[in-house]
Amino acid sequence: MSALPGIDPTARTRGRWRDVWRMLIFSGKRLLALLLTVLAGVYLTILIANMGGQVDELRMVQIRGEISEAVRADPAFQDMSSEERNELIERQVDLEVERLNLDQPFILRSFDYLYRAMLLDLGRAEQMHSDAGSRQVFDIIVERLPATLLLFGTANLLIFLVSVWVALHLSRRYGSMLDRSVVGLAPSSAAPAWFYGMFLILIFAFVLPALPSGGMVTAPPPEDRLEYLASVVRHMALPLVAMFLSQIFISIYSWRTFFLIHSSEDYVEMARAKGLPEHLIQRRYILRPTLSPIVTSFLLMLIGLWSGAIILEQVFNWPGLGTLVFQAIGHRDTPVIIGTVVIFAYLLAATVFLLDLLYGILDPRVRIEGGR
Amino acid sequence: MRRWLEGLKQLRRYPSAVLGTGLILFLIGLAVYTVVAIPYSQALDLWRGGEQWRMHPVNASPVWTDRLRGGDLPETQIISSADVPPEEQPFPGGRRLRIPLSFDYDSSAFPSEINLFLAAEEQARAPFVRLIWQAPDGREEVLGGRRMAREERISISQDWALERRLGHIPHVGLMLDPETADRPDPAVLQGTHTLLLDVVLFDENAGLDADLVVYGRVHGVAGTDHQRRDLMVALMWGTPVALAFGLLAAVGTTVTTLVIAAMGVWYRGWVDAVIQRLTEVNMILPMLPILVMVGTLYSTSIWLMLGVVVALGIFSAGIKMYRAMLLPIREAPYIEAARAYGASNARIILRYMVPRVLPVLIPTFVTLIPTFVFLEASLAVLGLGDPVLPTWGKVLNDAQEQSALYNGFYYWVLSPAFLLMLTGLGFAMLGFALDRVFNPRLRNL
Repeated sequence: MSALPGIDPTARTRGRWRDVWRMLIFSGKRLLALLLTVLAGVYLTILIANMGGQVDELRMVQIRGEISEAVRADPAFQDMSSEERNELIERQVDLEVERLNLDQPFILRSFDYLYRAMLLDLGRAEQMHSDAGSRQVFDIIVERLPATLLLFGTANLLIFLVSVWVALHLSRRYGSMLDRSVVGLAPSSAAPAWFYGMFLILIFAFVLPALPSGGMVTAPPPEDRLEYLASVVRHMALPLVAMFLSQIFISIYSWRTFFLIHSSEDYVEMARAKGLPEHLIQRRYILRPTLSPIVTSFLLMLIGLWSGAIILEQVFNWPGLGTLVFQAIGHRDTPVIIGTVVIFAYLLAATVFLLDLLYGILDPRVRIEGGR
Repeated sequence: MRRWLEGLKQLRRYPSAVLGTGLILFLIGLAVYTVVAIPYSQALDLWRGGEQWRMHPVNASPVWTDRLRGGDLPETQIISSADVPPEEQPFPGGRRLRIPLSFDYDSSAFPSEINLFLAAEEQARAPFVRLIWQAPDGREEVLGGRRMAREERISISQDWALERRLGHIPHVGLMLDPETADRPDPAVLQGTHTLLLDVVLFDENAGLDADLVVYGRVHGVAGTDHQRRDLMVALMWGTPVALAFGLLAAVGTTVTTLVIAAMGVWYRGWVDAVIQRLTEVNMILPMLPILVMVGTLYSTSIWLMLGVVVALGIFSAGIKMYRAMLLPIREAPYIEAARAYGASNARIILRYMVPRVLPVLIPTFVTLIPTFVFLEASLAVLGLGDPVLPTWGKVLNDAQEQSALYNGFYYWVLSPAFLLMLTGLGFAMLGFALDRVFNPRLRNL
């Protein structure tokens, strides 16, 4: 694309090598910057999650309470004198404090947390465990990740493809009945997906019980592969429709406006004047130059939806990352909370990096100027 | 100034803007009325629940939904002894009162509950009360007698002995038509029912106050919740809370973001670099998980949440957009002129640069408000609502916790959701129209 006809082949290959080299430098720089960004973000999260060390005091009280309860209830220690028993409690509390590393100052532990978090060594959960029984935070999170990816990936892709496709059509039939009704419906997207989800549950799970109101598969899960798949699809239908409803009109509206603005550019008018067929104008003159903003906005939408996941998952009882955060917060399980936020941060950073990379490939200016 | 007025004039051409403005004005009116009619402290007190709601039914749906469906579900009736002249028989050392608490019952559905509240002033010896239920067809049922304390609540509906004797829950057993008693769905015996209080007071002058409450199945405009609280309180008070939260959060985030973007553009160099990096860090911080975290670990006060929302919103992605808009303005001749006459940095930023991009900011600002209103509701639905304030989200949360949909209390979910939707639509419609007026490229589309 960068090479023009009439330039000799060595210059062309040299140009390509130069492009690749610049892309590499560009992505290397971005990767480094993003790594630093993730570092800062994760450290902030650790600080907030620990309430600047105050959580430890809460936990100390909790540990002491639990241990004294256990010692008092244990018949083996019944005939001890109260001094002996107190001594035992003190010893056990010390052991527990050492096990949880609570005897170090918070600042030290926070850097320790940070170092391990960056290496994705997320530590052991304090209370929670994965469905397979593992206490490793990483295992707990990895177990939940596919559910979130499945639901949100499908929904986003669906919304994106449908809205771009519909918007292209609408921008050609601009001012028609359909066009005006989409514009009129766009404000309905002010409500988030869980809001529509509530109504969908009301209608399709209670008034006319056609679909399950929550969860991911029926309990117990069906043995047969196909049946399992069918069950997941049935459970996915309502949250998917909820997300679709809450996003589709606004994205069609913004894409339509975007395409309309770009189809009134002079070079498009020029192509029309030349008499090029409509589909060619759409592909070469409208879609190609707008490709990078389209990709950008798709990935930005992904970023926005990552954090919206918590409530939708909570409303539909979907066993994903969002529900996990909520449960972890209920258990005050700091490692799990930090772990999830770290994973969220990594996912967001990966999205941003993908964005930069695609931008570099799609937008020739980045290649030529080396990302300035 | 002229530009703004022109913009407003143009706005009238968009029906969605007019409708949106109407909705917003309605909500503001409701908010102002609420704050005046139910003062803040009273609202908190009411929402805390407890004794003051004892005469309200549990989970009663709104009256109008039932009437629209052609139903005749009963409303709550309170029969007070103050309105009934008692029959008095003095005897040495005290007197005997017969208080007939009668009420007309013409609904075809049974009441949801029957309670009797008794209050007697300080007396030397506790009075003795005997209760007799008289049905319209002349049947009498003795509900038993008891020595009463100074204040007493006799839950007739929860009298297990009576339930066993009648074979039905007391408020059904006492009021049913005896011919239909064996059917699975007994019918109500309509007419005048009476609860006769036969009281022996061991005091010459002291009296006794009795309130018979026949709880209905419908209540008021909004219905009641599981704690007998009138949902109207929360629906009304939710309006000022939602509007204030949305407005403050939107103002807080947009204005600070704009000013910071302008500062970065004006000072360039390391200031700009720091702002850019902070924005990037902020972009990967997941907003909602952090809010949830703060809510569970610190406090769920709505003001703290507002603070966190604003703090996280300051370095939002909007900075990049404003930066792009402000960069050409920096080089504009009028800024140079301002510098020439010696305007300070702060003056240039606040009086020369920021006002130039304000028109573009207005639509964003208006469309942001419902986002924050829904954010507050989202937090409340997750159980992280303000502990004392009644809000729409908290009503939704209560409804969800009590499985309102499963139990068929649709009003409980639908009415706060309707108000939320109204707010969302109002601001979004106005915002979209504003966007077209103030963004010239969109004007002809």
